[in-house]
Amino acid sequence: MSDKIKIQVEDVNVFYGDIQALFDVTLDIKSKEITSLIGPSGCGKSTFLRCMNRMNDVIDGCRVEGKITIDGENIYDADKDPVLLRARVGMVFQKPNPFPKTIFENVAYGPKIHGLASNTSELREIVENSLEQAGLMDEVKDRLNDSATDLSGGQQQRICIARAIAVNPEIILMDEPCSALDPIATARVEELMGNLSNNYTIVIVTHSMQQAARVSTNTAFFHLGHLVEFNATKQIFTNPSDKRTEDYITGKVG
Amino acid sequence: MKQHKTNTELIAKSLKRRHRKQTRLKYYGLFSVLLGISFLLILLGSITLNGYTAFQQTVIKVNVKIDENHIFGDDGKVSQDVMYATNWDGLAKKAFRKVFPEVTDRFQQRKLSDLISANSGYEIQQMMIDDPSLVGKEIEIWVNASDDVDQFIKGRLNVEVPEDQRRINDMQLSWIQTLKEKNIIKKTFNTGFFTSADSREPESSGILGAILGSAMAMVVTMFLALPFAVMAAIYLEYFAKPGKLTDFIEVNINNLAAVPSIVFGLLGLAVFLNFFQLPRSAPLVGGMVLALMTLPTIIIASRAAIRAVPPSIRDAALGLGASKMQAAVDHVLPLASPGILTGTIIGMAQALGETAPLIMIGMVVFLVDIPTGFTDTATALPVQIYIWSDSAERAFYERSSLAIMFLVLFLIGMNLLAVLLRKKFEKKW
Amino acid sequence: MDIFDITIVILAISTASYFFAVKKITKISNTNDIRPDSILSYYGKIAAIWAFVPAFSLLLFYSFLSPIFSEMVFIEKLSKIFPEHTESQLDLAFAQLQNVANGILENPDININRLAVELKSWDETSLAVRSWVVFMLLAITALFSYSRLTPKFKARKTVESFLQKLFLGAAVVAILITIAIVASLLFEALRFFEVYNIFEFLFGTHWSPNIAIRDDQVGSSGSFGMLPVLSGTLLIALIAMMVALPIGIFSAIYMTEFASKGVRDFIKPTLEILAGIPTVVYGFFAALMAAPFFRSLGLSLGMDVSSESALAAGAVMGIMIIPFISSLSDDVMNSVPQSLKDGSIGLGATKAETVINVVLPAALPGLVGAFLLAVSRAIGETMIVVMAAGHAANLTANPLEAVTTVTVQIVSLLTGDTVFDSPKTLSAFALGITLFVVTLLLNIGALTVSRKLSEKYD
Repeated sequence: MSDKIKIQVEDVNVFYGDIQALFDVTLDIKSKEITSLIGPSGCGKSTFLRCMNRMNDVIDGCRVEGKITIDGENIYDADKDPVLLRARVGMVFQKPNPFPKTIFENVAYGPKIHGLASNTSELREIVENSLEQAGLMDEVKDRLNDSATDLSGGQQQRICIARAIAVNPEIILMDEPCSALDPIATARVEELMGNLSNNYTIVIVTHSMQQAARVSTNTAFFHLGHLVEFNATKQIFTNPSDKRTEDYITGKVG
Repeated sequence: MKQHKTNTELIAKSLKRRHRKQTRLKYYGLFSVLLGISFLLILLGSITLNGYTAFQQTVIKVNVKIDENHIFGDDGKVSQDVMYATNWDGLAKKAFRKVFPEVTDRFQQRKLSDLISANSGYEIQQMMIDDPSLVGKEIEIWVNASDDVDQFIKGRLNVEVPEDQRRINDMQLSWIQTLKEKNIIKKTFNTGFFTSADSREPESSGILGAILGSAMAMVVTMFLALPFAVMAAIYLEYFAKPGKLTDFIEVNINNLAAVPSIVFGLLGLAVFLNFFQLPRSAPLVGGMVLALMTLPTIIIASRAAIRAVPPSIRDAALGLGASKMQAAVDHVLPLASPGILTGTIIGMAQALGETAPLIMIGMVVFLVDIPTGFTDTATALPVQIYIWSDSAERAFYERSSLAIMFLVLFLIGMNLLAVLLRKKFEKKW
Repeated sequence: MDIFDITIVILAISTASYFFAVKKITKISNTNDIRPDSILSYYGKIAAIWAFVPAFSLLLFYSFLSPIFSEMVFIEKLSKIFPEHTESQLDLAFAQLQNVANGILENPDININRLAVELKSWDETSLAVRSWVVFMLLAITALFSYSRLTPKFKARKTVESFLQKLFLGAAVVAILITIAIVASLLFEALRFFEVYNIFEFLFGTHWSPNIAIRDDQVGSSGSFGMLPVLSGTLLIALIAMMVALPIGIFSAIYMTEFASKGVRDFIKPTLEILAGIPTVVYGFFAALMAAPFFRSLGLSLGMDVSSESALAAGAVMGIMIIPFISSLSDDVMNSVPQSLKDGSIGLGATKAETVINVVLPAALPGLVGAFLLAVSRAIGETMIVVMAAGHAANLTANPLEAVTTVTVQIVSLLTGDTVFDSPKTLSAFALGITLFVVTLLLNIGALTVSRKLSEKYD
């Protein structure tokens, strides 16, 4: 555990057309730790997550103001390439979204487009390594050429994690990765996150406060587009400083 | 950490190439879109350039005096027989030749007569029928110039080529020059194009007959296709139970929508004409064939319109004690009708532009008379375009282009109407 | 009375039946103080249906069948006068007889004239009989239904079950049309195969259908090997697809992935105008502008391009098909879920890489479906090729030469003065059934693959 700061967010405002979705968000995310973003639906936590690898660029009419730096470089600088950024900041989505290809091709997708492997054996190594890290290798090693869409939901989601790892990112963003999974699959993904946090900085959006409490070191609570409170997870769940956080955690609103 | 660094460098190096690839794909796309749009512009533009001149017709002023004995019988009344016996063409030509009294050679006289339309006599005859009091008076009449003169005046006839290769010889050119100097040749609005049917002479041909033929066929199509389509759509959306019959009906509808139109023409020929002995070349049969062809389109559109009405409307009606039939016919159908109408207009536009099936049932006919009934021999506007573009005379190109302009404008208008209707009645439930 | 007059009378009586029925039920229920089973208007409706439907059906049946019947009778009589006539000659003689009877033609033959008078009086009698039987039936059903209606009668149920059957009938029309197409094409095609070997038709390489109408004319045996016609059709369709497919797919990629919503809202309907232009207009353009253009272009390059080249017809047909491909592909590519695209973009793929590696493969079944429909359309297209392609069959793969197509042959075989029953006209139906089967297979193939796509993502 280092205290090194990986992502610095300063005064970020996000607009969808005329509607403002985030207001003056400022926080620091530490390296190789898990940070949770929680809050009621529509509070802007997913929007904020998507700011960190500029996925919001894809949406028509979305505008981001403010500064987000990774390792001291502002990712919204004009000369910064979102493609390179997204290779460094991987993302796992709410609904498992493996491509309608084989398991191998899914994991090899990132390395292939980025040209990370100079030959097939290197590519194979990356794929196997990533599946290993995602804890899937034992389950799928005999059927790498089967379609990934035939796997169970939990396996699909771990394929997506392996797919993200294969590009060897520094940061992994997870947007409610367990919301479509059953409790057993959820437990496995949570365990996996714990292991991954040794090598990667992880930011996770979650609907489940228990999950945030279980996996993360720090937690940020969002409400109506404002960052209400950001603190150590233990602190947030035992002794919130803001009334709104307390109401949410105790289940009065949400 | 080392691994991260090298990866980033590796990716950064390839970025330029990848972005170039991206830009290339984007421009391929943009280029394709522009190509498609420019094809559209070329198509419509070239036809407009070809056709706009047909709005005008070259006419020549002739002074003519018709004697009593050409229209009155012995009893001093207008006589059909006498009129029929009169050589109106000869009168017209003779009157026209008076402009050039110096031309006496027979061959040259014939060349001179060729400058005015071969139908000029008919025009004079019509004028006399309309107003017999003109008899014996010296009257002025503007008759159509022949198509070659017309094309020359409009600058569509190349006179640079050697004399024996063109349709107007040098002598005729000098006569036209004289006509110009005397100010008795001019271009006027081409009324005849909109008030007459086909003719062997391009200058006398028009589209009214074809338009009426199309209109009558469309009426038949509409009255046949719409009720059947609506009934079928209601059945399929409200009463059909899932099963083999329903599946088979759906497969048939979807497939019929993609059957080549000429096959419907063959069907019409074999069944309507040969088996049922219905009249050949009639708008009635044309409309029936087009109705079969558009039926699937209208059924599909009507089903979509009925499905777009939320089930809550039906449930509300059923809840108030209405029967399924009442709910469908009294409550859902009125709400679906704008959608059905839109689909019908689009289907009718498709039918209006259709040519091949009409050729099959014999609506490709040369017809000087304007059809007056559903079982008369008739042609249709697209078929008229086909007939004219097959003709040798250069002047027919111009006319078929103008006919195309009308057809396309009308079809675009129908489609716009459909779009507007959809916008106006589009409801968010 | 003609058919319209009779229809008007039937409608009038039906309307009257409606009001009489309503009046009767009102009266009975008022005097006996019974509550009718249904709303009053349903009694009117059922009375009107009973009056209208049988009479009108009879009218239609009679009108359709009586000319067939009279033809049968008079052809029988003609065959006695001309025992040596063949079937098709008898058909012709009957057509002449009709014209004589209607005073259009004059015929010196006394037998014909006698028969014509007979036909005329037959037709007149037939018309009179038609009016009588229809009106009799109308009167019987109207009176019968009026006498039987009581307030206890379940009028609404009866009306509704009638309507439901009527609606089912309308839906079944779709099946009937298909059956009619298959039956009529097959019937005539089989007659063709009676005189011409089916294998020679399918696999023969020589097509020259010109048969003499008179038997003593030179070259009276036509040759009907359809391969050159089929190859011409495929060549033109291939050229069309080579134009339409790249332009259509790239346009679709641009619309779905690169164009802003505003631009897309402009492009899509603009391209679709191309689909709304009648095919005769494309034919005009192909024959009078594209073909001369390609010809002079070829001349300037020192190549001999036919003035009815497959290239001109195919290229213009391709333009016609562009919106077909672009719109269908655009729809299909839009139906690829955003989450898949996000997954690719989130890994750092560019839009282009996402399109090529994820969107296109995922949309492939739909694209194949669009392609098959477009091919079916190209093969069945008639006017462009009738106006711009050749009429002589030519087994070649050279796009600069003139080739002919199935549809061109159908049109040219069935227009002009030909006796209907000659092998020449019948062969058009053999081509027609071939065309129908090929397009049917393509359409079913397209439906099957696109259904697979929608199962995958719905």
